[in-house]
Amino acid sequence: MNRLTLIALQLLVAIISIALWYLLTTIPVSDGKPLFPPFFFSTPADVIERIVKWFAEGTIWRHLWITLLEAMLAFVIGSVGGVLVGFWFARQPRVAAVFDPYVKMVNALPRIVLAPIFTLWFGLGIWSKVALGVTLVFFIVFFNVYQGVKEVSPTVLANARMLGMNERQLMRHVYWPSALSWMFSSLHTSVGFAVVGAVVGEYLGSAAGLGYIILQAEMTFDIAGVFAGMFVLAGFVIVIDGLVTLVERRLLVWRPAAADTRT
Amino acid sequence: MDANGAAQPARPAAVELSGATIAFRLAAGTTYTAVENASLTVADGEFVSIVGPTGCGKSTLLNAAAGLLAPSSGRASIFGRVLSGLNRQAGYLFQADALFPWKTALDNVSIGLETAGVAAGEARARALDWLARVGLAAFAARYPHMLSGGQRKRVGLAQVLIRDPKILLMDEPFGPLDAQTRQIMGNLLLDLWSADRKAVLFVTHDLEEAIALSDRVVIMSAGPAARIIGDWRVPLPRPRDIAEVKLERAFHDLHREIWQTLKDEVVKGYAQTGGG
Repeated sequence: MNRLTLIALQLLVAIISIALWYLLTTIPVSDGKPLFPPFFFSTPADVIERIVKWFAEGTIWRHLWITLLEAMLAFVIGSVGGVLVGFWFARQPRVAAVFDPYVKMVNALPRIVLAPIFTLWFGLGIWSKVALGVTLVFFIVFFNVYQGVKEVSPTVLANARMLGMNERQLMRHVYWPSALSWMFSSLHTSVGFAVVGAVVGEYLGSAAGLGYIILQAEMTFDIAGVFAGMFVLAGFVIVIDGLVTLVERRLLVWRPAAADTRT
Repeated sequence: MDANGAAQPARPAAVELSGATIAFRLAAGTTYTAVENASLTVADGEFVSIVGPTGCGKSTLLNAAAGLLAPSSGRASIFGRVLSGLNRQAGYLFQADALFPWKTALDNVSIGLETAGVAAGEARARALDWLARVGLAAFAARYPHMLSGGQRKRVGLAQVLIRDPKILLMDEPFGPLDAQTRQIMGNLLLDLWSADRKAVLFVTHDLEEAIALSDRVVIMSAGPAARIIGDWRVPLPRPRDIAEVKLERAFHDLHREIWQTLKDEVVKGYAQTGGG
């Protein structure tokens, strides 16, 4: 399948979905009402109108920026923490063994239950959302880096030692690149979770952000607003994911591209 | 059978394993003896091959010479000094892919100099020179996954030789390559080796390859507790061409002789370990 056909087919899916949505919410079936009442499902026209209005008035930018800022902070702080702790645990098996049950325990905890506590600790501003994102990103990066450091090929390691590398050089030339490659391979997941943390945090209590506008619309039964918020959020995530793909291509040039299934 | 035909040289041997036994502790609390009471010398400038059935502990012996493994009894000496820790005078070409996948061919080659404190600019220049010597000047910017198996072995060879080790340890380095590439790599190795005649300990399961390359061929029995069961001098003149040398009468005679013993001894080795 060539690229043009692929894009055409991808567009077709969107067109058919929107057309179905339009038909089901506007064509009357029984006693003059459509199958999906617009009160519950809105209509494509209303949603598009709302999105256009947001962007035309410029109100959406502030919310987008807040969500982006929260997600970026969560990603950076979570990643740095995950890399440091992952390295530390992988190089100190005893420490890892001692903390193992607690790591599992905290990781098994559904992070959403922490949101009220973070709101209490960090207030309604961005930091409670950042904290929630950090708890999600940290574990993804941590596990990947831990794995990456531990699973360095023994042959590559033996080779590095035979080539005269000391402990510091092993870190720099072997463990570090290996850990980073694992971290980058989970970049899509960790960036995605940073956004999830931000939006969920906003949804649970905030004064700005995409999660906030969705919540506001929901509380006034403004279904068009809810859908519009979801579409803006989806677009936002796609743009970020595209950026991550670009970064990934640059950073992982040394990797065979066979496993890449994203487009 | 004379297992140690070589006369003791006046100056210390590059590699000397004396009565080396190498055992591994298994999870169940038992020990597995990979190599038993192996004595072997490689003189300076000598090319010695170790041949034996797959899994007989040849690589274990090589790792002992590299200092990656410590013998549980006996000892390994390098130029007369008992080896403790890594063998800093040796370069090791591994059987499996050992290149750093995140470094380009050039960086893979220059790293061995950089770790030794050579300035980055000079290390790069010398690495380029070495890549040219192994015929990969045009591939300096490629990452290992973009290279063929043979090209990766060439990079590996340059990576090891750029450090100018006194001893070269090679663990079935051309094992995964196809027959033609093996021959080309063998000739390349002999070319590079003849320039400064390092001591080489070359592990292979291919008797033909061993005879074609070496000054001496050492035969090991099947494991566990593999022993050295034979040691032959190769009377073929140098310089050699791997393909041509295989057509010579002396090659065939030696091959037949070693193979007879190798076969017999391997069968005997199996019988001994199987009965015990």
